[in-house]
Amino acid sequence: MKKNISIRVNGVDRSAEVEPRLLLAHFLREVAGLTGTHIGCETSLCGACTVLLDGRAVKSCTVLAVQADGSSVTTIEGLAGGGSLHAIQQGFWEEHGLQCGFCTPGMILCSHDLLSHNASPSESQIREAIGGNLCRCTGYEHIVNAVQSAARKMAKPAVKQRNAKRRKK
Amino acid sequence: MAAAKAKPSKWVGRRMPRKEDPRLIQGISHYTDDLRLTGMLHCVFVRSPHANAKIQSMETAAARASEGVVAVITGKDLTDVNSVPCAGALPDLKVPPHPPLAKGHVRYVGEPVAAVVAEDFYAARDAAELVAVDYESLPAAVDMEKALEGGALVHPQFGTNLAFTHGLKNGDITGAFQRADVVVGERLVNQRLAPVAMETRGVLAQYLPGEGTMTVWSSTQIPHLLKTQISLMLGMPETLVRVVTPEVGGGFGSKLNVYGEEAVVPWLARKLGRPVKWAETRRENMAATIHGRDQINYVELALKRDGTLLGLRALLLADLGAYHQLLTPIIPTLTALLITGCYKIPAVDVEVVGVFTNKMSTDAYRGAGRPEATYIIERMVDVAAGALKMDPTEIRRKNFPKASQFPFNTSTGIIYDSGNYQETLKRALHMAGYDKLRARQKAGWKQGKYYGIGVSTYVEICAMGPSTAMPAGGWESGTVRVEPTGKVTVLTGASPHGQGQETSFAQIVADEFGIEPADVTVVHGDTAAVPYGIGTFGSRATAVGGTAMYFATQKVKTKMATLAAHLMGVKPAQVIFGGGRVSAKGSKKSLAFGEVVGAAYVAKNLPPGFEPGLEGTHFFEPSNFTFPFGAHVCSVEVDAETGEVKVDKYVAVDDCGNVINPLLVEGQIHGGIVQAIGQALYEEVLYNEDGQLVTGTLMDYAVPKAAQLPRFELARTVTPSPVNPMGVKGVGEAGTIGCTPCIVNAVCDALSPLGIQNLDMPLKPERVWRAMQAAQSKPGMDKIAPAKVAARKAQRAGMKNGAKKRRRA
Repeated sequence: MKKNISIRVNGVDRSAEVEPRLLLAHFLREVAGLTGTHIGCETSLCGACTVLLDGRAVKSCTVLAVQADGSSVTTIEGLAGGGSLHAIQQGFWEEHGLQCGFCTPGMILCSHDLLSHNASPSESQIREAIGGNLCRCTGYEHIVNAVQSAARKMAKPAVKQRNAKRRKK
Repeated sequence: MAAAKAKPSKWVGRRMPRKEDPRLIQGISHYTDDLRLTGMLHCVFVRSPHANAKIQSMETAAARASEGVVAVITGKDLTDVNSVPCAGALPDLKVPPHPPLAKGHVRYVGEPVAAVVAEDFYAARDAAELVAVDYESLPAAVDMEKALEGGALVHPQFGTNLAFTHGLKNGDITGAFQRADVVVGERLVNQRLAPVAMETRGVLAQYLPGEGTMTVWSSTQIPHLLKTQISLMLGMPETLVRVVTPEVGGGFGSKLNVYGEEAVVPWLARKLGRPVKWAETRRENMAATIHGRDQINYVELALKRDGTLLGLRALLLADLGAYHQLLTPIIPTLTALLITGCYKIPAVDVEVVGVFTNKMSTDAYRGAGRPEATYIIERMVDVAAGALKMDPTEIRRKNFPKASQFPFNTSTGIIYDSGNYQETLKRALHMAGYDKLRARQKAGWKQGKYYGIGVSTYVEICAMGPSTAMPAGGWESGTVRVEPTGKVTVLTGASPHGQGQETSFAQIVADEFGIEPADVTVVHGDTAAVPYGIGTFGSRATAVGGTAMYFATQKVKTKMATLAAHLMGVKPAQVIFGGGRVSAKGSKKSLAFGEVVGAAYVAKNLPPGFEPGLEGTHFFEPSNFTFPFGAHVCSVEVDAETGEVKVDKYVAVDDCGNVINPLLVEGQIHGGIVQAIGQALYEEVLYNEDGQLVTGTLMDYAVPKAAQLPRFELARTVTPSPVNPMGVKGVGEAGTIGCTPCIVNAVCDALSPLGIQNLDMPLKPERVWRAMQAAQSKPGMDKIAPAKVAARKAQRAGMKNGAKKRRRA
């Protein structure tokens, strides 16, 4: 029996009548037409399908679309949007944090989750945090560099603000 | 060539971020499964759950009746489809028929038996469950050594599971072993691996009946070869078949192939008159995409007491699986070719034995035969050093050819183009702090801590390669077209899938024309757009494809110089390119790059006989392979309680000749090292005694994760290749080739106080722990392994006396 659901994807409401077994990954790819969310393993091991569900990273191959009903999802296409790049995307580009690019959307969104609750993670914290995301090309080192670079970029505005406050004092 | 060297490069050598990245980091590029066509159907394959079974009957009516299903086909329907091709041509090779869908018999778990096509993916999967196949299960040939001795036959018509033998013999091997002071022997296992490209395979096919054209989008490394093979499998004129490779999410050799699905999906599209797509699942990928490695090697090394290598003999058993994929039988012959590694070994005697088993085919996986060779020689040199009580670096240095001895002829019959093996080793040892590591190790042993130091020096065969040495041509094509607006389009027969040639090729062309890389677009992976090419594998894209493009660029430059000289009233020899201008040396005359280009297309003021347009194509045939080399040094700690191996330092000094983009080279080295660490410590495709695939998902097959790895310390030396004008060698497989023995050497070194001489990969904690327990309770265990070698060798190859002098240095 199909069910009507509505998921806010990258700020746009997407409503559809779906089978209860439909995976969120397939909803995003087939219903919303956003193919930046990749499917790499179907056993929740590789992390290529990672998206942000209400701000937290989830593997969309192990979430049913009906479970996400009423939620807000950010995919790689919506991370920055409008042709601009998020600091994490910038970091991956500058530090050569990708080769074939297939794991990259998941890696970036997983890193986003990390940086949203730990603004300046150590190398080992980064390596632990991306433990659920497999990359077969890069050997991870440039990915670690990319996340560190992004953390520095994201910290900069905060530093500026702090400095500005200090100056006021 | 001289012109290129004289000109300072602005872009070549720079750590330039990639042109291909913006679309990838925004998720707006398209891999095969991301493509959608109007009216597109979805295909799902039904696969064998048995390793060896007769198909008694198949019932497809229920699947056909299932909602949304358009068609269900079996092998019986594919009467007009030819066998899946094998390009290997060894003299006594047994080549079994290889139907794209099994006909009456299945020979490995995962072999496709039927295809279900439906309006959507879920409907196709539901219906696939309804295809009922009645199998009569038969005993399977699983262990390659047992399969050689008898029992179940994979292909009964051959009366044996022996698929081929291939010998490589040179020098006085008998004399070498007679003269030897020491002979060491080992049985080395190079386990079966799964390539695990993060993007699985996928095929989308569209047939236009009016035009009679077939377009196939496939996640492949070899679009042109695939186009030819699809035309042959389907019996269609090659001129009507087009293959496109969209974004390809990694290959590592697994997509250097032609698979049955690449015939079935286009066949369905033609039959049904609608586009059909198949996206491989990871389970299918683990079971039915080629595997790599899977050799058992019996090796003996003859040495003088001072460590001089005299001879090597080896029996290489290669598990081929049930059928030959494109290069299946060729891969282990590459192992024979490279088996002497970085060393002067005057006599070799290698026998390669290919064995059929009821498993998925083995074929090219990153390194493809060369990691096995490097593992053999680098492990054996360490074993010999142990027997002679020599430092592993000393025995290596003693047997390296000198830098002045290149080009160096090996006894296996190949010519190493250039090298300086002493230098890479020296630098790696210095960076690693070798003496300090040894001191720490000695101190550690006294405290019950097992520190090990691994050294591996490798050479590899790249830039594949001269056509005489390749099954399907070893050249590459390149076309350079300066468009009327002054932008440059490069068409390359190479088919990059992560390596970054859209960037590195643009760097080369930008320097040649004196323009910006942003003005150069590299097009690849579309047989309708790009002249015939061979593809990307064997670390060949830059050294062969890049060179083709380089020569094509020279053709266009020559033409532009003629035109510019005409326009400026100077001699063509005066014309130079730079700063977006075409100028005349020794004068102030200069034209904008675009002005000269415009003149070539407007064609109103051309020199006499000058052909309008600016396009050049070159098919580059290399005179030799290239031979990158390097030295890797690592340190590990083996946990005495758990057997867990921790790599705490990893130094790699590689030499891949001249470098176009150091950032991309580092990425290749990093990725290669991690795949090698995967083989050394974690990865193994396992079939049980019935031929069931035990490691069928990423739950069971352990791909390395970020937290399991150290940070790598890299450096390079630069020894240009004389084989091509850019002096480049190739780097895609170096890390994988150099690193595996480095890790295993380190673990064996750590455990040497226990008398452990060799351990088989992967060095999982349990295996290491058991070996440590056994060694501690049974001193002298290291003596057991060589005895097994001797028995096995005597049985197979009649090498009877080699083991006697073993370990009596």
